[in-house]
This record gives sequence, C-alpha cells and structure tokens, in this order.
Amino acid sequence: MNETPAIRTENLSVTYTGNEDVEAVKGVDITFPENQLTAIIGPSGCGKSTLLKSLNRLHEIQPNVEIEGDVLLGDASIYDTDDPAPEIRRRIGYVPQTPTPLPLSIYENVAYGVRLHGEYESSEELDGIVETYLKKVNLWDEVHDRLDTPAASLSTGQIQRLCLARSLAVEPEVLLCDEVTSALDPISAERVEETLVDLKDEYTFIMVTHSMNQARRLADDVVFLYLGEVVERGDVRSFFEDPTHERTKQFIGGHGAGADTGDGDDDPDDGAEKSPYGSADQRSSTPAK
Amino acid sequence: MDRYAKQRAFGVLARAAAGLVVFVMAVVIGVTIFRGGRVLLADPSIVISPPGSRYALEGTGGFFHAVLGSALIVGPATVVSMVLALSTATYLQSDYSSERFSDAVNMFLNVLWATPPIVYGVFVLTIVIAVGARTSLFFGIIAISVFQYPIMTRYIDEALRSAPDTVRESTYGLGATRFETAKMTARAALPGIVAGIIMGFARGIGDAATVLFTAGRSTNMPNGLFEPATTLPVLIFDNSMSFNEEVRAHAYAASFVLIVVVLGLIVVSRLLAGRFAQYVPGGRHA
Repeated sequence: MNETPAIRTENLSVTYTGNEDVEAVKGVDITFPENQLTAIIGPSGCGKSTLLKSLNRLHEIQPNVEIEGDVLLGDASIYDTDDPAPEIRRRIGYVPQTPTPLPLSIYENVAYGVRLHGEYESSEELDGIVETYLKKVNLWDEVHDRLDTPAASLSTGQIQRLCLARSLAVEPEVLLCDEVTSALDPISAERVEETLVDLKDEYTFIMVTHSMNQARRLADDVVFLYLGEVVERGDVRSFFEDPTHERTKQFIGGHGAGADTGDGDDDPDDGAEKSPYGSADQRSSTPAK
Repeated sequence: MDRYAKQRAFGVLARAAAGLVVFVMAVVIGVTIFRGGRVLLADPSIVISPPGSRYALEGTGGFFHAVLGSALIVGPATVVSMVLALSTATYLQSDYSSERFSDAVNMFLNVLWATPPIVYGVFVLTIVIAVGARTSLFFGIIAISVFQYPIMTRYIDEALRSAPDTVRESTYGLGATRFETAKMTARAALPGIVAGIIMGFARGIGDAATVLFTAGRSTNMPNGLFEPATTLPVLIFDNSMSFNEEVRAHAYAASFVLIVVVLGLIVVSRLLAGRFAQYVPGGRHA
C-alpha cells in the first residue's frame, strides 16, 4: 500500500437520525490507492453502501443522515469545500447496484453526463466520446447499429455495462460501484467483471461486494467492514490467504458474522432477490431484437 | 358454509357487481351515443354552426359556441394547472421537502380534490363580484384550473414517487444538480405524468358546476377574454331543461360530442403512455 492515495477517509462516521440514531459507519480510516480496485466486503447491513455513498456525498440526497470526520480526494476535503456537491460527484462517480438506464436512448445515456458538464466542442466530438466509452466497456459491437433505441430495451447485463460507460464518460477520478453484478445472471456478471478487469489499471475503483470470490478475482485491495467498523484490510493475497483477525477468518470461511456464505459462485440467488424488477430480468436478459 | 362454498359465493357476488357496473356504463354510453348520434346524423352541422338569435328558445343554429367555449376555457386552464401541478409535485419530492411537509400537503390536496366543484364555482364567483367584474371566459379558465390543480398534482406526485429511485441516484451520481435530476425523474415518470394531465383535462372538460357561475352561460359565440361564454356541460344542463324538443335534442348531441372527446383522450393517453414507457426501466419494450 505504498501507492498514492486517490481518496481517503479520516475518522468518518455516518449516522442515520430517523426515529432513533443509528451509527452505520463508525469512525473509519481507509486509504484507497490510485488506479487500483479496492473491494469493500462484509455481511448485509454492515454499512458498506452507506460508506460508499458518503465518499461522494450521495447520502446527502436522502433525509436524516449526519456525517462526521472527513473524506479527502487527493489532499482536498470533499466536505469542507466551496465546490457544490455536483462538482464532487462529477470527480467521484457512482454506479448503483440496480442496472438503471436513464429514460433516454443508448446514445443519450452515455452523452448525458458529458452534456451536463459541457465537455465537448462539437457533435462530432460527442459522437467520438460516446463511441470511445461504449468500446471501453465492450458494448459498442452489440449496440453500434441501434444507438437511437431506448436504453431500457437492452438486457440487464448490457445496461450495467452502459451504466459503467455513462459514468466513465464524465471522466471521474474515482468510480464507486455498489454491488454492480448482484442483480445480474452469472453470464452477464462475468461480462461486467471482464470489463472491470480491463479498466482497473486506468481507474480507481471502489467496489462494494458481498461475493467473496468476486473480491478475490477482481480486487487489488480488500477492506472487511463489520458493523460499521473496519475489521481488516490488506492486499488481496494476504487478506484471503493470511487473515489476521478471527472475524475475518470466520467470514472468509463462510460461518459466523452473519456472512452471506455465497462462496463459490456469484450469488445469483441473492442477486435475484435484490432486483426490484424480479422475474422481468429473466425476460430481458436475452438481447432484444 | 364450507370454504369452497364461501369462495363460490364470493365469486358470484364479485361477478354480479362487475356486471352491474358494466351494464350501467353501457346504458349511459349507449343511450348517449344512440340518441345523440341520431340527432347528429340528422344534422351534423349543428356542431360547427354558431347559435341563432333564438337558440335558447327554439334551437336555431348550432352549439359551436359551447364547443369553442369548452376548448377556450379548458385548454388554457389545463396549461395553467399543468405548470402549477408539475412545480408543486416536484417540490413535494424528497429532494425539496421533508416527508412530513409533503404528507401534510398531500392531505390538503386530497381535501381539495374531494371538494364539490360547485364550491369552486361559488368561490370564484365571490372573486368576480369582489373585483366588480362580470362572468367571463377568463373567470371560467380560473375556476377550471383551480378545479384541475389538486387532481393533476396528486396524479403527478404519485407518478414521480413511483419513478425508480435509482434513476435519481444515477443522475446525481453523474454530477447533476437538483434541477437537472428533477427533470430526469420527470422523464422517467412521463407515462404517469401524461396520464395525470389528460385525466385533469378530461375532468375539466366534463365539469359543469365550476363554470356554471363563472363563465356566464352565454348563448352567443365567445367574443373575447372578458366576455361571457359557455361550455358543453353547461349547455347540456341548460338545454335539457328546455320545453323545446329541438333544444333538448341538442343536449344529447352535445353529450355525444363530450363522451367521444373523453373516450378519445383516454385512448390518446394510453398510446402516449405506451410510447414513453419504452424508455422507462421495466417498461414495455419496443
């Protein structure tokens, strides 16, 4: 871990202040190195997604959340700054767990963020940007002849790669991915993983996952979060082969700690459960005509 | 009674209730179309002819003044309340308002929705009197938009609420502002929004009580924004009380026109909603 930190947290706490106060993230210090993929693993409800969203102030869109401590992008705080939150989120992108097409065409999905930030001079340049990023996520060959069709007509796996392209097109310094394969069937999940492997040397990824095997396959670094606290972190090899903490050993071993024991596959069952579209996924997982 | 007998009994009851509703609807629409259609077939020109000088008494000429009055009152009123309803509904989403505030406003809107339209009519009439004006097209527009506003707002609010939350999250995640995200959420909710606006329009064009006191019940062509006018529902109300058979026949013809317009609008709203739904995650595919 002697790489330059792209982003790090300083004693970061996140508290939900609804009916009663719940501290979801408790004083966390983590460094995320540049151009690496860091996986945050842990059982459901342990604060993984909350931590992820507090890294680009996305938690601010929901009511009753309070934050303490700080997050630094490079050397600058993302909280104690004059930049409005959208500027922060442009530099630290976010891909949600559910593959979500914006209600636009395939082309406009990728172009949307670029248009927001006005990062192009001509429509030819925009065409070029869209093509570049669709190629980056290995989607260009599948969609180049139907860029004008609604993005919602793609399969869920294709939509998730489209979401990646859409987020990358804004050229963020860090990309946060929240269980990006958990709503996908195993084959689509594999395609998305391949894409992430292709990209991870160029970008700083922070990925939440509950699949141990996925972390093992993709991550350079692993952070194990349990009940809002960092139990252990390390590079992927030492984390899985030589964990220091008893809790980590139990979690990797698949017992205790309320672990999702889904070791050995990509937890397609868990994914199906979480998908708000239920069986519709099955229908749309074959590419539309 | 054993469980299966209960089930069969309930089945019979449910089918009977549904059958009754369909029967009543068929009679209402059937009688209107039959009687109105007969009048229109005999002389279709009454829809586009202005009323004669003795229209109220003898039904000379046609009821184009009411057709035009409906269009000129309900069209602008729908635009006004659409703008207000879209803004209000957007403001009621969690990006702008706390849950308690939007719950309170929604309760208030439900009360407004349940308010009898005649109350709106009288309310606007008091304004007309207070400012010393006379009943006119303009106050008809105001009364109808006040009437449509809670209906549209509730529909649009529901549509925005049911738009997938991940669309909001994704849009913010790309660095969009609150306003840009609100626009995207509205796009995702477009089928529901269109349905809400068309429902508001349909309710507005069919309502008599709100314009009864406010637009002026004129039997002449509408002459200007601050001149008296009438609408189809008011015309139906007035004509159906006439002693003259010809005048009463016009009421049926006008009912026919209204029902066709409303049914047409529902078809259009279905078509539009289907078209926009292609773009919505989980929506109908092309």
